[in-house]
Amino acid sequence: MELSRLVELNAAYARAIDTEKFEEWPDFFLDPCLYKVTTADNVAQGLESGVMYADSRGMLQDRISALRQANIYERQRYRHIVGLPVVLGEDGGTADVETPFLIVRIMHDGKMEVFATGCYRDKVRLDAANTPRFAERIVVCDGGRFDTLVAIPF
Amino acid sequence: MDSTIWPAESLARVPYWVYQDQANYARELQRLFEGATWNYVCLEADIPEKGDYRTNVVGAMPVIVVRDADGGVNCFENRCAHRGALIAFDDGGNVQNQFKCIYHAWSYDLEGKLRGIAFERGINGVGGMSKDFRRDAHGPRRLRTTTLCGLVFATLSDATPPIEEFLGPEILGRIKRVLNRPIKVMGRFTQVLPNNWKLYVENVKDTYHASLLHLFFGTFRITRLTQGGGVLVSADGGHHASYTIDKSDDRQSTAYRDQGIRTESADYKLTDPSLLDTVKEFGDDIQLQILSVFPGFILQQIHNCLAVRQVVPKGTGEMDLKWTYFGFADDSPEMTRRRLKQQNLVGPAGFVSMEDGCVGGFVQRGIAAAGRLDSVVEMGGTGAESQETRATEASVRGFWKAYRHHMGY
Repeated sequence: MELSRLVELNAAYARAIDTEKFEEWPDFFLDPCLYKVTTADNVAQGLESGVMYADSRGMLQDRISALRQANIYERQRYRHIVGLPVVLGEDGGTADVETPFLIVRIMHDGKMEVFATGCYRDKVRLDAANTPRFAERIVVCDGGRFDTLVAIPF
Repeated sequence: MDSTIWPAESLARVPYWVYQDQANYARELQRLFEGATWNYVCLEADIPEKGDYRTNVVGAMPVIVVRDADGGVNCFENRCAHRGALIAFDDGGNVQNQFKCIYHAWSYDLEGKLRGIAFERGINGVGGMSKDFRRDAHGPRRLRTTTLCGLVFATLSDATPPIEEFLGPEILGRIKRVLNRPIKVMGRFTQVLPNNWKLYVENVKDTYHASLLHLFFGTFRITRLTQGGGVLVSADGGHHASYTIDKSDDRQSTAYRDQGIRTESADYKLTDPSLLDTVKEFGDDIQLQILSVFPGFILQQIHNCLAVRQVVPKGTGEMDLKWTYFGFADDSPEMTRRRLKQQNLVGPAGFVSMEDGCVGGFVQRGIAAAGRLDSVVEMGGTGAESQETRATEASVRGFWKAYRHHMGY
């Protein structure tokens, strides 16, 4: 897969979240898919759990409807700084990609702080309309301490 | 603030200074965590083989928990007897037969006894330790350990009764109900909470709030006060187990809607309801059980989502909540997948638990200028006995009963 298409995909993904167009977020994934937020320690120890875990686009949509309608938390938004993707391999049209990220959380009182860093470990494929989508996005956070709560996906 | 003065005799009033006062906090570490209580330190599954260890804290005290050659579990302070450095600084691992402090290479056996001192006799008879230095008189403090259903607890006090007596038969039975066979760890996460540790423990024991704060609970009938269930409180007040039993007649109940309570929303539906695909796995109809052991341990069964949580105090206004998600060693791949999905309910990003992560902070900030005032804990009366309803704060009052006993208030 061309690097420029992966860069575009990541940029659009980050922009959807950072501009709070959360309803667009599930569309970056194929259906079924795998989305998981975990830590480097859990991955190293072969532990499967995530703080978020979804294996269908429906579950991703439910994350957003919960965030919009159900969950209570203080107003906040993210700023993603996403690095350059590295294509680790390509097999039958699926690219194995790793991309570093940094997320700053901006609280409603104006506080800005680094909330998470890590890397996305992705499997990217073209959909029927020839657009790259995530068959898999494992968000591997560098650390395992999460401040207060994680409402918005990474 | 003279923190030895409790404002009223009633368990139904709690003074706000108790979440703020530094001297009181220091006293808690000493009298609760280092006192006559059993503190959760790890799972047996974390340290299956000889020499396997994990590091943790008991209140503020760093400890090492290690499996010894006989299969027993030892726990001792993670502090070198020489200059006080940490003996082990990883989360865990395996040492063959000994721990060695990196600072000056003093070594300890798996019981925490000081065994070796580098250059103890000096070099060519010059330097070294004095001849009358007795290794057996120096060493990190050792804690007594006990294991229960795969959980490892430790205590610094000689006065702590055996764990079965400490918990009482009812709470013991509820632990055995869930931890009935070997478990497997599925993941670990830490949530950093901006509040005093007791606000989180109270939240866990507060059966009244769960379906009111958490829309997810109410709407999907995971737990509602109109369902069957109740709360068990141990005789000393310190431990509790609350439980929910699904009753078919609750489907017709309009109690929440009638009171205009936000958490019952007719419009809110899951696109993919497989999240809530639950199987009964404990031979009963209890779909949710939350259990706490004084002062800071929680065992959770929410449908098929199982976890232990450890409350780690970090000063008056901050704490760590350490989550360990688990399943059973004999889980099928389908069961593992079911648990992975249901884990969305809990943890830092939990559809349910995330709100417990912020509500303690709201209290901590709300009471900033209220140190001389009291909170009201009066739902379901002023006692701390078990009740067959969850519209009560009995187990929160139970916490304060045990707290005041251990603190001498």
